[in-house]
Amino acid sequence: MDEQAAVADIRQWWRGGLYILIFSLGAWAWGSGLLPVLLDHWDDITFLGRQHIQLVAISGGLAILIGVPAGVALTRSRFRRYGDVAMQVLNIGATIPTLAVLALSMSLLGIGNTPAIFALFIASLLPIVGNTMAGIRAVPPYLRESARGMGLSPRQILWQVELPNALFVIYAGIRTALAINVGTVPLAFLIGGGGLGELIFSGIALNQFGTMLAGAIPTALLAIVVDFIVTQFQFWTIPRGVNPMR
Amino acid sequence: MIRLEHVSKTFPNSTTPAVDHVTLEVPEGEICVLLGPSGCGKTTTMKMVNRLIEPSSGEIFIGDRNTADYDPVQLRRTIGYVIQQIGLFPNKTIEDNICLVPDVLGWERSKSRARAAELLDMVALDPGTFLKRYPKELSGGQQQRIGVLRAIAADPPVLLMDEPFGAIDPINREIIQDEFLKMQARIKKTIMFVSHDIDEAVKMADRIAIFRDGRLVQYDTPDNILAHPAESFVSDFVGGDRTLKRLQLLTVNDAMQHDPPRVTAEDTLETAAAIMAEHGHQAIVIVGPRGRARGYVQLSVARGGKGKVGENHETLPTTVKPGEDLRTAVSTMFRHDVSWLACIDDEGTFKGYVTLRSITRLLSEAYRDG
Amino acid sequence: MLLPKSPMTCRKIMEILQYIISNWALIISRTGEHLAIVGVAVGLALITGVPIGVAISQNRRAAAVTLYAASILVTIPSIALFGIMIPILSLVGQGIGYVPAVIAVLLYSQLPIIRNTYTAISNLDPALREAARGMGLTRMQRLREVELPIAIPVIMVGVRMAVVMNIGVTAIAAYIGAGGLGAFILRGISQTDPRQLVTGALAVSVLAIIADFGLLGLQRLLTSPGLRK
Repeated sequence: MDEQAAVADIRQWWRGGLYILIFSLGAWAWGSGLLPVLLDHWDDITFLGRQHIQLVAISGGLAILIGVPAGVALTRSRFRRYGDVAMQVLNIGATIPTLAVLALSMSLLGIGNTPAIFALFIASLLPIVGNTMAGIRAVPPYLRESARGMGLSPRQILWQVELPNALFVIYAGIRTALAINVGTVPLAFLIGGGGLGELIFSGIALNQFGTMLAGAIPTALLAIVVDFIVTQFQFWTIPRGVNPMR
Repeated sequence: MIRLEHVSKTFPNSTTPAVDHVTLEVPEGEICVLLGPSGCGKTTTMKMVNRLIEPSSGEIFIGDRNTADYDPVQLRRTIGYVIQQIGLFPNKTIEDNICLVPDVLGWERSKSRARAAELLDMVALDPGTFLKRYPKELSGGQQQRIGVLRAIAADPPVLLMDEPFGAIDPINREIIQDEFLKMQARIKKTIMFVSHDIDEAVKMADRIAIFRDGRLVQYDTPDNILAHPAESFVSDFVGGDRTLKRLQLLTVNDAMQHDPPRVTAEDTLETAAAIMAEHGHQAIVIVGPRGRARGYVQLSVARGGKGKVGENHETLPTTVKPGEDLRTAVSTMFRHDVSWLACIDDEGTFKGYVTLRSITRLLSEAYRDG
Repeated sequence: MLLPKSPMTCRKIMEILQYIISNWALIISRTGEHLAIVGVAVGLALITGVPIGVAISQNRRAAAVTLYAASILVTIPSIALFGIMIPILSLVGQGIGYVPAVIAVLLYSQLPIIRNTYTAISNLDPALREAARGMGLTRMQRLREVELPIAIPVIMVGVRMAVVMNIGVTAIAAYIGAGGLGAFILRGISQTDPRQLVTGALAVSVLAIIADFGLLGLQRLLTSPGLRK
């Protein structure tokens, strides 16, 4: 009850806060001459923004498509004995800074789109695999046992019992992964991957505040919007019985 | 002494009082059990004593001090508090748990540590083993004992206990209850004890306060509550077997016939038969020269028989002691399929006997009194 | 192209090792710079975050709003945060370098530290709080004797998360002139020098892993034996 009230509260605050934020941002942008600068860079913003979103979509999509099945596979009886080791490796891997992942990817694959997408993919993959494993392992054994006792096949147990009950944790992993991904995409420019990072880094290098902000503000907004979308998705698509948010 | 005078509590967002004009007094050194179904106001009443809940009206005295005159935090340091979940702090050793209140009261360290060891000794837990352990290394029963010790560490005159033995399995609960009663006989605290278990209340209480919907419906000794429930709610609550429960409050001594007729081994069967006929008994106990019970003779054997009693006696199947409770006595009778028991003291001396009929008479007397 | 698309050869690996050995002192001094940023900022974040976490555990609404704001803050990519901060901090002449790096790390550390403090305090077994209250402990005594000692392991998990995350953020701060191990990566990329690139990437990764394990050890050390599993 209280949790729901708090969520409702947050949503009200969010909406109210958003209006105020937009208004004050607009007023400030106009007054400080930022808006004209942003409009100056409008073509760059849309072009690089599209590249930016493409990088997120391709690397993040691949990470989900490969990470979830890989996480599931590591909990199946055939691979289960590798589970603990895999978990350790994933935990250590998750501490490696994304800039280092990009740098290593560049030293292996050179510069351009491919090493950027590869690095983003690797950085997003770890939390997805980790959370998928953790989520399935956290399904209470008695649920599995009663499903087996009812005569469900391992495949049926996976789809009807394990995955639905692990869904929230899996989504949490996807959310973390996308947050890391979106946070790293601006760095992709450094190894020739394009995106809004180009405006930020050029702005810093040339000490042009306008260019800097033309990159930084859309990048920040995009990150917030992606996180918001994933949260909403998580809120609405996970059945209420297994959704701690509802 | 704890005294409540017209104490009421109405919680915010509620129109009906949770506690409604309760007046009661717990005499010095006694255990008062607050008893009733959940939501009857017993816990709220208890928590108003140490002001974890502030009364809406009325006054509470401990000794002759009005609790309202004290800072609640200072007040609580002078009142022991035991809860069902025990609440030992997992980050502290047993020693530090016990010494917490003495520490905040500014006791000297050596004094409080010595006190902790002394308390552990009192409940037969070896201080050398347990002082430096952490709560998770103890069983539930041991943790509950420590919970009680922590409450009495600073030697408060008053103790509040909120279903203290509720979370312990039935076998260990009996043991801990007995142990606690033994300890109470030494430390003589004034105790307010919340329970929803009538058997526990009957066992522990000097007085029972029965609550219903925030009102105190009866406040009396356990025996009087069982014998004379003030209203149908009380008799329903104490249960249809309340008379059986009274059995454990009464001792064999209460129902025993003292100094009954007896015979010695040298007496003849005729003498024995004559004595039995005179008193209307079906059997008679044979005693030795120093009054020890040796066996018994049945009327059917003695009547028309020839010779000495000693040659025709049977051994007593079982005996009871005068200090045992009547529940034990009745249970012994049922187990051995007999309707009377010889009562023997610790030296083996025959003191008297108790019969099913004498027990029945004793119980019904109390009802007639009312 | 200095960087071929082929896998690294033995010769290249040797070159990298040689670079590491001959630049050992530089690596150490940049590690020092790196730690100076993360250490100071996370230290400051502890001083601010723990009291905030304790304070909001008293009020559900304040907690929801604070945690939401902190979670939006960490969502902002670090380079974007630097980009937004530079014009603002330039007004006081601190647009680039140490100060914006520390401020960014300080901001990013708020969420894990506040959230973990809040979670630990508000999930405390109510029986412990009641026992402490019933024994006559004041609010401050309860915090010092019971709530914080029990919360420490969870707060330390937050500190670990903050440190590991911000070792990465600080690497990026090299681009706004804050120094640290990120400088190797920056040079490596701009000079397309795989020796500096790999050295920087390895050093910053090893630093993060060591910090994670080291803080795990510290966490165990600070946890009361009675709370260890």
